[in-house]
Amino acid sequence: MTDMKKKKMDSATVISIVIVLALYVLVFVAEQIIPATSMLFTVIKKGATYALVAVSMNLLNGFTGIFSLGQAGFMLVGAYVYGIFTIPVVSRMDVYQYYSGGLVQFTLPVFVAMLLSGLAAAFLALLIGLPVLRLKSDYLAIATLGFAEIIRALFQWDKLGPITNGSNMLRLFPNFNDFNIRNANGDVVVYLSTLVPLLIAGVCIFVIILLINSTYGRALRAIKDDEIAAEAMGIRLASHKRLAFCISSFFAGVGGAMLAMYQTTVQAKSFTTAMTYEILLIVVIGGIGSVTGSCMSSFLFVACSEWWLRFLDQKQVIGDFEVPLLRNGFRLVVFSIIIMIVVLFFRQGIMGRKELPDLIRQLQGKKAKGGASK
Amino acid sequence: MWNTVFPYLLSGISVGGQYALIAIGYTMVYGILRLINFAHGDVFMVAGIIMVYMAASGVPLWLCIPLVLVLTALIGFVIERVAYKPLRTAPRMSAMISAIGVSYTLQNLVLYVTGGLNQIYPTIPWISDSVTIFGATTKMVTVITPILTIVLVVALVALINHTKIGMAMRAVSRDFETSQLMGIKINRVISTTFVIGTFLAGVASVLYFTNYTTVIQTSGAMPGLKAFVAAVFGGIGSIPGAVVGAFIIGIAENIIKGLDIILFKAGIISGPMGLATFSDAFTFALLIIILAVKPTGLFGEKITDKV
Repeated sequence: MTDMKKKKMDSATVISIVIVLALYVLVFVAEQIIPATSMLFTVIKKGATYALVAVSMNLLNGFTGIFSLGQAGFMLVGAYVYGIFTIPVVSRMDVYQYYSGGLVQFTLPVFVAMLLSGLAAAFLALLIGLPVLRLKSDYLAIATLGFAEIIRALFQWDKLGPITNGSNMLRLFPNFNDFNIRNANGDVVVYLSTLVPLLIAGVCIFVIILLINSTYGRALRAIKDDEIAAEAMGIRLASHKRLAFCISSFFAGVGGAMLAMYQTTVQAKSFTTAMTYEILLIVVIGGIGSVTGSCMSSFLFVACSEWWLRFLDQKQVIGDFEVPLLRNGFRLVVFSIIIMIVVLFFRQGIMGRKELPDLIRQLQGKKAKGGASK
Repeated sequence: MWNTVFPYLLSGISVGGQYALIAIGYTMVYGILRLINFAHGDVFMVAGIIMVYMAASGVPLWLCIPLVLVLTALIGFVIERVAYKPLRTAPRMSAMISAIGVSYTLQNLVLYVTGGLNQIYPTIPWISDSVTIFGATTKMVTVITPILTIVLVVALVALINHTKIGMAMRAVSRDFETSQLMGIKINRVISTTFVIGTFLAGVASVLYFTNYTTVIQTSGAMPGLKAFVAAVFGGIGSIPGAVVGAFIIGIAENIIKGLDIILFKAGIISGPMGLATFSDAFTFALLIIILAVKPTGLFGEKITDKV
């Protein structure tokens, strides 16, 4: 079952942790051997970013039952805060060329800026939460979506240009490639540009997992199952919902900062509702209420859209036969159809509400059949 | 002053009428299924694309328009049967996610067909002609839209209040299960609702794209969202509410688009403020205010929660 209230970790949890650590070692080794231009690393970087945002959305939609569609707005805030505070002072004249260098004339360290991204998003969530969290299901969804659109317009406003650079893009801030360790000549000695984003996402997701398995997380699940019953059991609805909303937005903000690093540029107009929909679909494919599912489906989603299904966008000739229908955009059509099939026929998604340790326990259970059961 | 405001007001009324036609689809579907049909805006966009391709293939325009309307209604029918009917007993969120999936699919399909390029909407004679009213030059469509909207809404309200299917719709929206027990064929009622809703979205697409002249896969998203906001603003489930909400939103949006110039001419501000950026955002601000103050909208019925 999903509740892990045992005092000692059981073997399945240990095995899961080992698997995850092994994956990290694998990525580290791969990065040193395989050329840095490989699609594999692009997928891992973007996948890690999406995984974090998807898990943060899952915390709300899957575990608390708050159906929020404001993720893109919080990511936008995170990405902008990160960009604004990390552009080197020397480059500010280039970036803010229409606003004579901008207002902010200092630079924060990367990790401090990322933390600030999260905090800014969380603070905004606190403000937005006051009116929005009183609403029910679909009204809440549409109100959060509306707030995301308002934020997007605000960041493009010309009058805020000295801070946000108006509708122009922010660029030249440190990106993932700056995590590589270089020697005096500027040659890369140790490649870390893929491992570090994966680590950041991993640490954040680990914190979310700890939270979900705490008493607090159980309270959230109670709210999801039945608000009125939860309230009757002494769970304070308003404060729990508010906290869940803020925490989710915090990690969406950090995810936004990671997205900024991945893209190397930030522009408000790209954080549309379509982005939120994409993340929602990732959560649905992975299974609403499963952290493992969200992570797996993020990497699958990114790998399919950026890498494995790319061939569908180009002409393919097998022998003399030219495969029909293949041209630009076909990949997305195939992709949408797969998503619709999942939504209609496999409503549980990949994992349902199961996590990695549950899977391992299932396997162990099959082996142990006939033998002594625990 | 009036001369500055009037053109914006005029186009606001026109856009408001187009939003109203889309909003009716939202509000009717929500009234019956309690589902936000996120794909509705994209059906509206697809209607535009069909028109573009049909006109390009040489079908005469007078035949195009009825064909587009019929095809759009058919698409609405098919979407309901394929994507929403299987989820009728599932939790409400599943149907909403399915609607988002349909929206994603429609957009990607159109992206594939058009190659992601802006498509030029065919010029429909007469309604694309220029006219001058009270000194403001505009297209004929601007004048026709509000009139056509009112006519269609009156016809629709008559249908709902005075026909058998209309009575069935009212019954289903009041109580889904009981009306089923009373022998109402629920699936037929729901299909009819979708057909009417998408038909009106088709009409709206002809009017809207005649005005904006280009269609691309994302053109349905914003009008769709705004029409939905209009439906919520007027009280979701209420047709007159949706129409009033749509006109308010259309007018407000267009006034804000010209607010810089209006305020400048009135001498209130001395330079451009870039307020036009907020023309879309204002709609959502309005939504949040109405949800905070009167969550059931202007004309909505009061809902009470039962344990």
